[in-house]
Amino acid sequence: MGTKDVSILIVDDEFSVRDSLYQWFKADGFIVDTAEDATAAFEKFKKRTWDIVLLDIKMPGMDGIELNRQILSVNKNIVVIIITAFASVETAVEAIKDGAFDYVPKPLDPEHLSVTIRNAIEKRELSRENLQLRQRIEELTTPNDIIGTSAPLKKVLNLVASVAKTDSTVMIRGESGVGKELIAFAIHTNSPRRYAPIISINCGGMSETLLESELFGHEKGAFTGAGRLRIGKLERANKGTVFFDEIGNISHKMQVDLLRVLETKQLCRLGSNTPINVDFRVISATNKDLEKAVREGQFREDLYYRLNVVTIEVPPLRERRDDIPLLANHFLGQFSTSMAKPIRKISDDAMNVLVNHPWPGNVRELRNVIERAVVVCENEVLRSRDLSFPFTIEEDRPDRFEDSLEEVERQQIVRVLHKTNWQISRAAEILKIDRTTLYNKMKKYDISR
Amino acid sequence: MTSADSLITVSICIVPIEFPDNSVIRLLAQELAAVFKRRVEIHRSSVDVTLAFDPFRQQYYSSALLKQLIDNPACQSNCKVLGVVNFDLFIPIFSYVFGEAQLEGRGAVVSNYRLSNQFFGAKPDPHLLLQRLVKEAVHELGHTYGLAHCQYPGCVMTFSTSVEDIDDKNGRFCQSCADFLHRKKSAEFIEPIRAIAK
Repeated sequence: MGTKDVSILIVDDEFSVRDSLYQWFKADGFIVDTAEDATAAFEKFKKRTWDIVLLDIKMPGMDGIELNRQILSVNKNIVVIIITAFASVETAVEAIKDGAFDYVPKPLDPEHLSVTIRNAIEKRELSRENLQLRQRIEELTTPNDIIGTSAPLKKVLNLVASVAKTDSTVMIRGESGVGKELIAFAIHTNSPRRYAPIISINCGGMSETLLESELFGHEKGAFTGAGRLRIGKLERANKGTVFFDEIGNISHKMQVDLLRVLETKQLCRLGSNTPINVDFRVISATNKDLEKAVREGQFREDLYYRLNVVTIEVPPLRERRDDIPLLANHFLGQFSTSMAKPIRKISDDAMNVLVNHPWPGNVRELRNVIERAVVVCENEVLRSRDLSFPFTIEEDRPDRFEDSLEEVERQQIVRVLHKTNWQISRAAEILKIDRTTLYNKMKKYDISR
Repeated sequence: MTSADSLITVSICIVPIEFPDNSVIRLLAQELAAVFKRRVEIHRSSVDVTLAFDPFRQQYYSSALLKQLIDNPACQSNCKVLGVVNFDLFIPIFSYVFGEAQLEGRGAVVSNYRLSNQFFGAKPDPHLLLQRLVKEAVHELGHTYGLAHCQYPGCVMTFSTSVEDIDDKNGRFCQSCADFLHRKKSAEFIEPIRAIAK
């Protein structure tokens, strides 16, 4: 570690001490200065901040103990090392209780001082690193990935901002692809728990046994194949947040286990009976009708109420169409950069198609559509012919009350084309229109295979 | 002495202070001449060690020795002066020092008191002792040329607080320190020439 950027202030009323230490540190390449008392030290602090302060306890006027307190009250990252005679070691210990880093007894052992200074520099580096990381986390607390200015989204973001400050359990509801995980991350990164991790658990993607091991961890030898100790995700989330995605998909046994952890704030690793205290905030998400699942006995009512303290409903994209241009341009920028394509903009025509599309797959679908369009686009402008909507064939999509007549027509055409494997004549026959009309409608709704 | 004379007398003066072994001093002089490419002279001491002795600590105050050394009339004003002692040195704030030097100054002093194996109760090793003394002497003289402590592993200017540290370094300057030293030594010649030219 270099010493050229480390500054040391020596505060001691004895000239010989100041001079000796000054020469010593100067030879080591440190930025070094001296002060004969507290007043002089304050003057030095007006000129610059000091990384390390070597401070004598016994000085006329304000003594080292009080000066130590005052320095640390202004900047607790300054590393103060107390210089003391053997007789005043107890006083030095008092200074350490007040926040001083260490003390060195007089006369100083060069080897001891050298080690103390090295440790002080390491502490300073760690403090600096810690500060930088915290600043980085602060930068990340703005949920840049949540894009949109529409009223429904603003309502959600306002709720996110309010709930983030609390420690309440949150359930995020919304269709697939609306960005429930982003909302969960936004809550965590704006919460007091943001310096601890957020652990995401996809409850729908794992078998019960695997999920159990993932959540609770296991001791070495807990079961066949458990060759070593594994710390579970709930344990790793200590002091942070756990995000249970697709919570509606967990088995009945897992519901019981999870409820126990949430109630007792304790868990046991598989293969162990020793309880471990855990402290995490719970955010869950689902696109299922949990109330129905509770009524039908598929989801425990007690767990439902424990998870569903604050509910955030994330609106589907079709209910915030004002955000589509912003999102589309955001994804265009993202993908044209990552694919090194010079696509400047989306044509008005294409944007019109995007804005009017029903987006059953929501933002995730929009993102995929733009990604595919960027792949096939060979111009500087992304046009409607570059767009394709392979993800929009939703056979199970129920007709919605708010759907326009055109939307219902479009959905029906897509459904029939899909069923007939894109045989135009057959589809036209089922739809009871001629082929030309079908072609015109496909063009109108920008339907392509 | 004329200004022109001073050009050829730029050198290092070794001043043994109550140092019992002349052969060690002669070997040290040879080593320093080889390292610094300078003429090295051995001068008699006019230092009164009693002025530097602290009866309470039973040690010698190295700064007090340094002050007398640089005032030694036997040494020319433009040479570096290296005092060599075999007693224990200290400066008030430290429990001991291996040596002391004026950063970018004239004087330095080194002690072999804590460099010998006997100090640690080990078997004497005169060759190792000489190696350690040479390294410390080169290190302290390096300071007089303005070299600070170096971070480069093995460089003679790395900081040592134990004989293990001293044994770990190779006794040579790293490239960066060697370049710095070369510039400083060149300036020793150029500055008097500039003075004559004026």
